[in-house]
Amino acid sequence: MAEAVDYRYVGTSPVRPDGVDKVTGRAQFGADQNLPNMLHGSVLRSPHAHARIKSVDVSKALAMDGVHAAVSGADFPSVQSGEVGGEGGGDVADIAKNVMARDKALYHGHAVAAVAATSVEIAERALDAIEVEYEPLPPVLDVVEAMAPDATLLDDNCFTKNLPEKPDKPSNIASVMVLARGDLDAGFEQADVVVEGEYRIPMAHQGYIEPHACTATVNEEGKATVWCCTQGHFEFRAMTSKILNWKIGDLKFIASEIGGGFGGKTVVYLEPVAVLLSKHAGRPVKMVMSREEVFRATGPTSGSVCRVKIGAQNDGKITAAKAWLAYEAGAFAGAPVMPGAMSIFAPYEIENFLVEGHDVLVNKPKVAAYRAPGAPQAMHAFEVALDDIARQIGMDPLDLRMVNAADEGTQAPYGPKFPAIGFKACIEAAKKHPNYTKPVPEGAGRGVAAGFWFNIGMQSSAEVRINEDGTVIVMEGNPDIGGSRASMGLMAAETLGVPYEQVKTYIGDTESTGFCNVTGGSRTTFATGLAVVQACEDIIAQCKSRAAATWGMDDDQVEWQDGQAVPAPGVNADVSPLSLADIAASAPKTGGPILGRASLNAQGAGASFSVNFGDLKVDPETGAVEVLSFTGIQDAGKAIHPAFVEGQMQGGAAQGLGWALNEEYIYDADGVMENAGFLDYRVPVASDLPMIDTQIVEVPNPSHPYGVRGVGETPIVAPLAVASNAVRDATGVRINDLPLSPPRILAALSND
Amino acid sequence: MSKMHIRTTINGDQVDFLGSPQQSLLDALRDEVGKLGTKEGCGTGDCGACSVIVDGRLVCSCLMLAAEAEGAEITTIEGIAEGDGLHPIQEKFLEHAALQCGVCTPGFIVATKALLDRNPDPDERTIRYWLAGNLCRCTGYDKIVRAVQDAAQELAHEA
Ligand code: FES
Ligand code: FES
Repeated sequence: MAEAVDYRYVGTSPVRPDGVDKVTGRAQFGADQNLPNMLHGSVLRSPHAHARIKSVDVSKALAMDGVHAAVSGADFPSVQSGEVGGEGGGDVADIAKNVMARDKALYHGHAVAAVAATSVEIAERALDAIEVEYEPLPPVLDVVEAMAPDATLLDDNCFTKNLPEKPDKPSNIASVMVLARGDLDAGFEQADVVVEGEYRIPMAHQGYIEPHACTATVNEEGKATVWCCTQGHFEFRAMTSKILNWKIGDLKFIASEIGGGFGGKTVVYLEPVAVLLSKHAGRPVKMVMSREEVFRATGPTSGSVCRVKIGAQNDGKITAAKAWLAYEAGAFAGAPVMPGAMSIFAPYEIENFLVEGHDVLVNKPKVAAYRAPGAPQAMHAFEVALDDIARQIGMDPLDLRMVNAADEGTQAPYGPKFPAIGFKACIEAAKKHPNYTKPVPEGAGRGVAAGFWFNIGMQSSAEVRINEDGTVIVMEGNPDIGGSRASMGLMAAETLGVPYEQVKTYIGDTESTGFCNVTGGSRTTFATGLAVVQACEDIIAQCKSRAAATWGMDDDQVEWQDGQAVPAPGVNADVSPLSLADIAASAPKTGGPILGRASLNAQGAGASFSVNFGDLKVDPETGAVEVLSFTGIQDAGKAIHPAFVEGQMQGGAAQGLGWALNEEYIYDADGVMENAGFLDYRVPVASDLPMIDTQIVEVPNPSHPYGVRGVGETPIVAPLAVASNAVRDATGVRINDLPLSPPRILAALSND
Repeated sequence: MSKMHIRTTINGDQVDFLGSPQQSLLDALRDEVGKLGTKEGCGTGDCGACSVIVDGRLVCSCLMLAAEAEGAEITTIEGIAEGDGLHPIQEKFLEHAALQCGVCTPGFIVATKALLDRNPDPDERTIRYWLAGNLCRCTGYDKIVRAVQDAAQELAHEA
């Protein structure tokens, strides 16, 4: 393990640079952009979960007073199939049809037409005047039934991908994937115990508090400017360009502050529509979703059915593991079943395994990335089955995980060998944690589970500018969703050797900074951080050579120490050190403004493992579950801003517990979501939760100068199984499915 | 639709605006008065992002008609800071990293102000139940609750 390094700024938790604006109401979020002469856009949504669209006539709406534009699928170009970068965005041809339905409405709430009018009220009335002729079709709502050979098809051209041969019949299975190693039969033969189960989890929503919103204005030259809340304005620009068949250079995207995303704001819904409406109307158009629209028409994550079988010896060693995963993609291909399959066994060294995944179309909204997309569902199943193994062989669940834990050099189930990873360190920390060594409170149960996420690198750019007084501007292109400006500022301060207060970080628009992939995949602090560090190193190199020129030395006779240029050891010179401020002040005489930059496609993202445990209590009368305590332990590699790392761990835990205990999409037989509001789709509130204890483990990622791994996604993974395992421990009854809502718990207790 | 003239006091200033009879106070604040610090998360009274104080009472401005605010004294997030400095609640939210995305923050700060105005020394349970009408999807509430506890202490010292 690498030595712990003492840093001056990295590892401290100062106030974020955008903080004051965010506690005073100044910060501008998606819905806060208003322009003179602006219109309001609204979307007409399908009342059917599955229907052929025979015709759409917007003429009556367009004729109304105050209505300035109306569009439907016919106004959008047809789009070539192709991937757009980012996290789980999917095929852009599908995204185009999701943004505006063409010949078929594929879920209740699917956009069918849109208008722009002088007020929201007029726009809403105009929607009523749009005439749509539908031919309703039977909705396909259950993932397993959707896979049947005689199921109603969502898409007659969907032929299952990745089969050895192209099938001769279309189906709702968009693709399959398999990962396998070793000899499964031999593995199960060596087992002393075998546990097998099927685990179902319904769709859940990211639940960001800020609904999607954007304002677009297209001028007479055909140049568009779009303000929106997004996790990646560069990718929103690329998607909009493809969906409208406009040149990238004609589109400028400005990311507002973003009120949460968790993966759900990595894909466009409103933006291409607003641009088209603005183009037709010749005026700016603002569009803001209602909460109901957010639930019905934007990215939940997949509902899933996972079947798992594990064989283990009495000493805890897993001899074989098998999994079958079916994930709901919603209306278009793209369920995160691949990352689900790649993550399910990732924390463990298993010789013999097989996992099969299925990406399945159903008449529900097209899923979008949600924090560690695909991992919570699959890992819940495995971690619950593993808990049953521990019970059967009478082993502490942490010990069982330690026996099988992946470590440096273990070949990950998805291919590469792990470099240094922190899973064992997390298990050890859990074992010693006072919350684990203390007895389980009377009447409660304790659950333990592991979590994992790959983390990703991808493309980032950063620019660092030195002001005349030596203060520092960092410019990058990743919307700050949880304090990343502060983390960038800390890494810049550390690298340059100047106080954090002298550094300000800004998020540029698509025309003022270089390309950055989305804020997602837990990549920002890692990859964009790497770009910031490299841009600072560029500054240092330039400052050294300016100092060398000033002193009449060679560049290599100068070093950078504590924020100043000094003669290198052994260089004899009677000069005083030159600080960044000194060099900035004399910049006009040494070559002009000081500007550093870096762009990269980051490699070597470090996987982040976690161990979580919690004590939960079940009320046998009401079926309500109370979380008495919860502890998250996670390897961050290096926590640049520890308070925000803890915040990621706590927030992810709350989302995971919400999904485990309450959250679910409830559909009626017609495919209409019955709980499309925060009253009935119940996310955790303050009184539902205790303080969430955290312990950050730091096993540095060798591919980052400060050891960063990325922390945002892993925290949501383990809480699902922690809840299941704690409820099992508390009640003696194993409930395989989520959520562990009161009715489900009461039913299980009464069956027992 | 003809509009109504509504006179209110917002953050100490007399503010007159024209609102339609159906308009919520939230929409009036945002669209007529330009107080964009008050956020909409749901429009149905379930998230607290739109919290404001009306005549000393904490309300969801999305559930109140603008017309009902006639003659009322309203405090929005823009009115919490004192002079050219932050209010201790705001300071403590920053110090404790009690915001990640920050869209829930105006609502939480206004709700916390309303709590501490009536109960300067709330225990954790009281804080959690008082703030149960404010959703935060990012933080898991831990740091928010700690910020509120710390703000209460700070205000007690100041008093
Ligand atoms: S917007 Fe008023 S409570 Fe959500
Ligand atoms: S900080 Fe994002 S919702 Fe609270």
